[in-house]
Amino acid sequence: MTDAALPARFAFRRFGLWRFPGTRAVAIAAFFYLYVPIVALVILSFSAGDSSLARWQGFSVHWYADVLGNADMLRAIRNSLVVASVATVTGTVIATMAALATSGPRFRRQAVLEAMIGLPLIVPDVVAGIALLLLFVMVGVPLGITSIMLAHTVFAIPFAYLPIRARLQGLDRALAEAAADLYATPWQGFRRIVLPLIWPGIAAGAMLAFISSLGDVVVSYFVSGPGSTTLPVYVFSMVRMGVTPAVNAISTLLMLASIVLLTLSYLLGRRFQ
Amino acid sequence: MSTQGKNPTNVTRLAVARPDNAASPAARAQRATIAVDCQTITKTFGNGAVRALDGVSLAIRSNEFFTLLGPSGCGKTTLLRLIAGFETQDSGTILLDGRPLDGLPPYRRPVNTVFQSYAVFPHLTVAQNVAFGLEMQRRPRAEIETRVKETLGLVKLEGLESRRPAQLSGGQQQRVALARALANKPRVLLLDEPLSALDLKLRTEMQLELKRLQHEVGITFVFVTHDQHEALTMSDRIAVMRAGHILQVGTPEEIYEHPSARFVADFIGETNLLDATRIGTARFRLASGVELETAEPGPPAETVTLVIRPERALLAPIGGTAFSARVEQVVYIGSDTIYLVVLEGGLRFRVREQNRDGPRSRVREGDAVGVVLPPAAIRVLAQ
Amino acid sequence: MMARLRRAGLLAPSVLAIGVLLIAPLALMAYVSTLERGPTGGVIWTQHTADAYVQFLFERDLSDRLVVNTDYLHIFGRSIVVAAITTAVTLAVAFPMALWMAFQPPGQRLLLVFLVTIPFWTNILVRNYAWILLLRNDGVIDWLLARVGLTGQHIDVLYTPFATTIGLTYSFLPYMVLPIYVSLEKLDRRLIEAAFDLGANRWHAFRRVILPLSMPGVVGGAILVFVPGLGAFISPELLGGAKSMMIGSLIQQQFGQSRNWPFGAALSFVLLVLVLLALSAHAARYRREARP
Repeated sequence: MTDAALPARFAFRRFGLWRFPGTRAVAIAAFFYLYVPIVALVILSFSAGDSSLARWQGFSVHWYADVLGNADMLRAIRNSLVVASVATVTGTVIATMAALATSGPRFRRQAVLEAMIGLPLIVPDVVAGIALLLLFVMVGVPLGITSIMLAHTVFAIPFAYLPIRARLQGLDRALAEAAADLYATPWQGFRRIVLPLIWPGIAAGAMLAFISSLGDVVVSYFVSGPGSTTLPVYVFSMVRMGVTPAVNAISTLLMLASIVLLTLSYLLGRRFQ
Repeated sequence: MSTQGKNPTNVTRLAVARPDNAASPAARAQRATIAVDCQTITKTFGNGAVRALDGVSLAIRSNEFFTLLGPSGCGKTTLLRLIAGFETQDSGTILLDGRPLDGLPPYRRPVNTVFQSYAVFPHLTVAQNVAFGLEMQRRPRAEIETRVKETLGLVKLEGLESRRPAQLSGGQQQRVALARALANKPRVLLLDEPLSALDLKLRTEMQLELKRLQHEVGITFVFVTHDQHEALTMSDRIAVMRAGHILQVGTPEEIYEHPSARFVADFIGETNLLDATRIGTARFRLASGVELETAEPGPPAETVTLVIRPERALLAPIGGTAFSARVEQVVYIGSDTIYLVVLEGGLRFRVREQNRDGPRSRVREGDAVGVVLPPAAIRVLAQ
Repeated sequence: MMARLRRAGLLAPSVLAIGVLLIAPLALMAYVSTLERGPTGGVIWTQHTADAYVQFLFERDLSDRLVVNTDYLHIFGRSIVVAAITTAVTLAVAFPMALWMAFQPPGQRLLLVFLVTIPFWTNILVRNYAWILLLRNDGVIDWLLARVGLTGQHIDVLYTPFATTIGLTYSFLPYMVLPIYVSLEKLDRRLIEAAFDLGANRWHAFRRVILPLSMPGVVGGAILVFVPGLGAFISPELLGGAKSMMIGSLIQQQFGQSRNWPFGAALSFVLLVLVLLALSAHAARYRREARP
């Protein structure tokens, strides 16, 4: 039976009954909307003059040179990386332990625990920032790198937890039992069997935690102290004070870093498949 | 000859020829030791909501191929997991060679398991999989290598040492799981429905393979299945289970010829079950009024179930001792022909005859025939 | 027994971390909202008062009587309205977009998801700053309008609630697109084919089959946009300006120049309660649906 012989309603595969009118236009407009601001920002960052004005004044990279030579900014970048690394490692270890615990047979109050792990994602960041600030003031923790690290670790936990948990759920439960059956102690079973098999989940979780820590503005804003700003807080203060041309260059660099990290994690994920 | 009693002496079986077990099963049974002794095991799940095992006791002899058979939910897998150590019983004790296993985690029990999903480690090669248990026991490298080679030869997987499980077929993965367990020379090998994922032909091959292996290696196999045909093919003894209880333990012949309960008779093979009331020591009346003589009196009860295997009944010309019946359906299945007949009073009955002389078309649907039920072929069971 | 101990050990660090570094601070915050504000900021730990909550609705006039003050209510109202509009606009854009994406060939689908996610991964500051560039006087949009011929007219959008809404919809669009896309993509195509087979045209199939089955995604996306929108801080700060303040900026102000920590804590607490209410209403609805 050829297509021509079929009634019209069965020929939808060929004649695009799956297309809903107008959706394509909206989608294209939306993609446009998503990318135009970013593209404009990147283009203007190469403007020779005041890049905050929409007047192209010739190509130049002097804003980039400006930014990369700025000692304050470099210190902020270093702080961000240090905080993100510590928070990611700590948060991922804690999250892995929690994911291992929740992947066994279901226990009482498991729902409560999972709600607790998800709590940092639910609380508005302003509220979390304020609360942490109050805690640190009351307890007497000085506002500096340590306070930011503590704050970011808490948020790293749920970000890392989700991919690890997903990966564990996809694992045949019999594999861990087989390891035990073959004389492996729980630690050996974890190290030799479970860990290698959930490694892609851990890597993905760590990446999520790292990116979220690098990009955090509000909580860092409230719990950082003088001399311990992270890059987003630094940029935030700059932008708040007024539009300065250097911000374009910084923003473009930030964006580049995010895209590089994202592509890296995607490629790593593919390689592990 | 009557085959009553627990120790039939003239039993012939189409089993794998046994080179060294010349004595009768009875004699062997008497001098065997008990490898696994389960004593009144009770196991519940969900805070008592589900009773998986209810006071189950079982003695498995060393070097025997023992099968736990039953429908899903009967507790057979639970019992296996209790022996392996993945679950802990609520009450009762399990002894291995006389020593209690209670409290020991799985990695301290000298038993190994072949899982239903094989659970072959996907990130290790075949050789690494098979070597795993030995590595965990810190055996010397040289010993591990020889053992791995030996075991792979045993399961006919030589040459595949450096393959990953993903590159193997289902049947090959299953052999890896088997080799991985056997390499450790456990006292008992536990197999949890290992053949259920294989297609029919491979399954039949593996059944005989496993039987041969058990013999060659000489260790106790505890096999779990819901397939009664598989159980009959491979086992030295079978435990038929249902809803957390063991209904009967015996050799395949004992289970098939002398079922002790209606469920066992129905579960194993095809059977005809007739409800009857007692009218004499060995005489019973069916609901339709038909009267039957049996060779055995059966339990002292007024209402009984009569069990007749289809292949023991005979089609005969009408008259004489034959009961009159009408043929409802004739099913030719190659080696046999099955006749679905209706006895007087509307009772449905199955007769199976071997096509020894080729397909027989002498009886057709709608014909009136006689059905002979030899008294010796009728088992009498409590309702 | 051993298993239970091991599990407790595995869970201890996360329970400790979240308990000490999130739950305790939130409790502390609620407590602080009941304290007396300190003379130069901070709090007086020994003096309790309900002043913070009173301040929410009232103020004292010159004769020290309580008079209703709707300023803060306005700010809360504005936040709710802006969040609601943001949710509505993102929904209106995201649904057709997700619908189109979900019915593309599989290879292209992944690429499209990737393209939607990239802006989401850029820093939130970058996303809002780009809009400052576009919306400010003599910014890109003004320049474009000038090119088209409307010289001398600024669009005057920056530092209005409208600008905040634009910034929020821009930031949160992926949050709305992805859940709807996922629920549409997982839709069993055969259900739609069955609808076609039974005589439905595209509109009917959409209204009676696709729309109801995509509801979980829509609701999920709405929650993901509305709740963070309520408590948003960056977009209102950078794009809204002082005259269109939202809850987030108001809270921050109490810990900045206003130096009224108890009031800030009270505002945070109210915001938290609102968020938790919205989420538990959603969760309760799902639990009810899941139970037959």
